[in-house]
Amino acid sequence: MTALITLNDVTKRFGGLQAVGHMTFSLNKGEILGLIGPNGAGKTTIFNLINGYYPPTGGTIFFKGDRIDGLKPHKVCRLGLARTFQVVKPLARLSVLDNVMVSAFSRTNHRHEAEKTALEATAFTEMDAWRDVKAGSLPLGMRKRLEMARALATKPEVLLLDENFAGLNPTEVVSTIEIVKKIHGSGVTILIIEHIMRVIMSISHRIICINYGEKIAEGTPREVADNQQVIDAYLGVADA
Amino acid sequence: MTKKNLLALLPVALVLLIPVATQSPYLLHMFILSLLWITLGQSWNLLGGYTGQISYGHAAFFGVGAYTTAIMVKSGQPPATAWWGLLLGGLSAAVVGALIGWICFRLRGSYFALSVLALSEVLRLVAVNWRQLTNGAEGILFIPAFTSKTYYYYIAFALAAINYGVIRWVMRSKPGYYFLAIREDQDCAESLGIDTTRYKLYSLLISSFFTGAAGAFYMNYMGFIDPGIVFSIPDISIMMILVTMLGGAATKWGPTVGAVIFILVSEIFRVWVGSGHLLFFGVLIVAIIIYFPSGIVGAILDWRARRRRLSAAGSEA
Amino acid sequence: MSPQIAGQLELLGQVLISGILLGGLYALIGLGMSLIMGVMKIINLAHGELMMVAMYITFWAFTLAKIDPYVSLLIVFPLMFLLGVGVQKFLLSPVMEADTVLPQGQVLLTVGLGLILSNLALLLFTANYRSVPVSYASKTIYWDLKLGGQTISLSFSYPFLVAFCIAGVLGGSLFVFLAKTDTGRMIRATAQDKRAAALMGVNTKRITYITFGLGAALVGAAGALLDPVYYLYPNIGGPFTNKAFVITILGGLGDIPGAVLGGLVLGLAESLGSVYISLGYKDAFGFIIFVLVLIFMPRGLLGRGRI
Repeated sequence: MTALITLNDVTKRFGGLQAVGHMTFSLNKGEILGLIGPNGAGKTTIFNLINGYYPPTGGTIFFKGDRIDGLKPHKVCRLGLARTFQVVKPLARLSVLDNVMVSAFSRTNHRHEAEKTALEATAFTEMDAWRDVKAGSLPLGMRKRLEMARALATKPEVLLLDENFAGLNPTEVVSTIEIVKKIHGSGVTILIIEHIMRVIMSISHRIICINYGEKIAEGTPREVADNQQVIDAYLGVADA
Repeated sequence: MTKKNLLALLPVALVLLIPVATQSPYLLHMFILSLLWITLGQSWNLLGGYTGQISYGHAAFFGVGAYTTAIMVKSGQPPATAWWGLLLGGLSAAVVGALIGWICFRLRGSYFALSVLALSEVLRLVAVNWRQLTNGAEGILFIPAFTSKTYYYYIAFALAAINYGVIRWVMRSKPGYYFLAIREDQDCAESLGIDTTRYKLYSLLISSFFTGAAGAFYMNYMGFIDPGIVFSIPDISIMMILVTMLGGAATKWGPTVGAVIFILVSEIFRVWVGSGHLLFFGVLIVAIIIYFPSGIVGAILDWRARRRRLSAAGSEA
Repeated sequence: MSPQIAGQLELLGQVLISGILLGGLYALIGLGMSLIMGVMKIINLAHGELMMVAMYITFWAFTLAKIDPYVSLLIVFPLMFLLGVGVQKFLLSPVMEADTVLPQGQVLLTVGLGLILSNLALLLFTANYRSVPVSYASKTIYWDLKLGGQTISLSFSYPFLVAFCIAGVLGGSLFVFLAKTDTGRMIRATAQDKRAAALMGVNTKRITYITFGLGAALVGAAGALLDPVYYLYPNIGGPFTNKAFVITILGGLGDIPGAVLGGLVLGLAESLGSVYISLGYKDAFGFIIFVLVLIFMPRGLLGRGRI
C-alpha cells in the first residue's frame, strides 16, 4: 500500500492557540479516508495545511514523496491534489461551465481541451442541465456539486472533500454518495471530512477521529465507532 | 462569409470610410479623440473590469508613454517616428507597470489602487522637476508630423482595433478565464491552480502597454504635453474609469459607448457651457454607481438575459 | 562648539520642529481617514475635498463675520460631522448592498464626490487663491538654547504651534472617546468584526454614519487650523488626500495610534526632505516612504495593520 500523502508530526499554531498538534497519518493510494471530530477540532485546518493555504508551524507534509508543506495552493493543486471548500466559493458571475473550465485550464493551455475536460466533469457530476446557469444563482446542493466538478476538472490523484454533504436533503445525500463512489471508482484517492455519520461510516475504508487538534483514534469505521474516547468526545452513547 | 459576419463588418467599413466622407478638421478631431478614449477605456477595462484590479492612477502609464515619445523627439528623432513612438511608449509604460505590479500584487486589496495613484503623482512631480529631461512644467512642444488629420485618424483607429482584438483574444483563452476567476474570488482562484500574482501582472502589462501607446499617440497628434495634462488625475485617470463605468465594465462594447458619450458631452460643455464638465462627470459617476452600476451596455445585456429567462420560464408553463 | 556646527544644529533643530508641528496637523488628517478605513474598510478619496469644504467655511466665516479660525472650529466641527453623516447615509450606505462587477464601488463613489465638491467650489468661489489674514499669521515664538558656548535660536510658528496643540487635544479626545465611551466601543467592535458586532446588538448602520461624520469632522478641523497658514483654492484637496492615505499606510491600515505616528513621520520626512534634498520634490518624499513601507513593512511601521 503506497502512501500518497503523509503528515509527520504536523503542528499549527495561531498565536497562542494550537489548532493542530503532532498530527501524524498517511493517506494510502486508492482508499477513502474519513476525518471526523467535533466542531473546531481542526479538521478544516488540516485540509488548509495540506492544500497550502497556510504553512504548518512544525512538522512536514509529503505528497507522493515530495515535501509540500509551505508550497502555495496553486502549486499544490498542480501536483495533483484538489480540494473543495466547506464554505462554498463559486465564481459567481461565471456560468457553471465557465467555472469548471477555469479549473480545467490547470492541465492544459488550450481552450478546446479545457472545454472538453469541463464537459466531462459536469457530466460526471450530473450537472449537465445546469451548465449555462450563473454559479451565483445555484441552490446550495448544486454549489457543492460544482465544487466537486471543479476539483475533478483538475484531474487530481487526491481529492480533499470538506463537508460536501452538509445542508443537503436526503435525496441529494444519496445522489452525492453515488457521485463520490463514482469518483473513487475512477481511481481518485479521497480524504473526506464529514459530520453525517451514516455517510462517512458507510463510504470510508478507514477513519481518523480528532479532538482539540490531536488524533484520538484511527482504524476501520467499526473500530473507531467502538472506541471509548471517540464516544466520549464526539459520538455520544445511545440512550439506554 | 456568413450573413452575420457581413453585418458585423458593415459598421467597421463605415468607420473606416469616415475620413473619406468628411474632410472637416473639427469632426475628424472629434473622431480621433473618441478613438483615443476607446483605447484608454478598453485598456482600463481589461485590468479593472475583467481582472477586478481597480487603478486610480492609470495616467501614470499614459504620461510615461507621452513623455517617452516627447523625449525621443527632443533628442533629435523627427516626429514622423509615430510608429516607434507608439511602440516605445507602450513598452516603457509596460516596464513601469511591471515594476508597480511586482511591488503591489503580492499584497491584497487597496494597496494596488493606491500605489498606482501614488506613482502617477510621483511621476508628475518628476516630470515637473527634472527640467533637463522633460522641460519641467513648461512642457514639450513640437510640430506634428502630418498636417492632414486623416493619417492620425487611421493610426488611432488601428490602435483601438488592435487593442480590441488583443483583448478579445486574451479573454477567450486561458489568461482571460484566469482574470475572471481572480476577479470573482482570489482565494478560490489560487486553489484552482492559478498563480494570481503572475496573472494580475499579465493583465497589468497589457493594460499599461496600450495606455502608454495611447499616450505616445496623444503626444504625436497634439504636439504639446505638460505634466499637468498627461499625468492628470481628474482628466485622465478618473475619466478612464468613468468611460468604462458609463459604457459598462467587463463588456465588449462598453468602453466604446462610454468613450463616444464622454467626448460628446465634453464637447457640448465646452461649446455651450464653457466649464463645469468635471462637475457634471462627478455627478454622473455618483449616479452610475448608485442607479445603474452595470453601465449602458451592461444594463442592456442584463435586460436581454432577463427577457430570455422569462420567456424560457413562460414556455415551460 | 564652532559657529558652523551651531549653525547646522540650528538648521536641523528648525527643520525637526517644523516637521513635528506639521506632523501634528497631518496626524489629524490621517486619523480621520484611518477611522473610516478601519470601520467601513473603504478609502475615502474625497478626504482632501472635505478638508477644502471646511477651509472655505472658515474662510467665509472670517471674511464675512470676522470670526477667528480657531473659534470657527466650534461651527466647523459639527457642520462637517453632519456633512459626513449625510454622505454616508445617502450616498455610501445604499451602495454597500449593491453587487457590482467593479469591486470598490464605494471608493469610486468617493472619487465622484471629490470631483463634485472641488468643482462646485470652483464654480461658486472661482479658482482665485484665498487667504485668511489673521493678525498672528506670521507671529513667531523664539526659544534660545545655549549649547557648548553657542546660542542656537529656534523659532516656532505661532499658528502651527496652536494647530499642533489643538490637534493634540482633538486626537487625545478621540482616543478617550474610542476607549471609554459606549459609542466608541461600538465603533471599535464594528471595525474588528462587523457581523459579530451586529449580532451583539450594535446598530452597525448608525455606527457607519457616526464614523464617517467623525472622520469628516476631524479632517475639517485640520482644515480650519490650516487656513491661517495656507493659501486656499478649490483643488487644494487632492494632495492632502494623497498624504492621508500615505499616513494611513504608514501607520498600518485601520490602526489609530499608528495614524498619529504616520502623520509625524510624514511631517518630518517632508520637512527634512525639502530642506536637505530638494524643495520641488517635497510631496514626493511621502510617496517614496509609502513605497518603501509597502515593500518592506506592509503591516505599517508599528506592524499592527491588516494586510
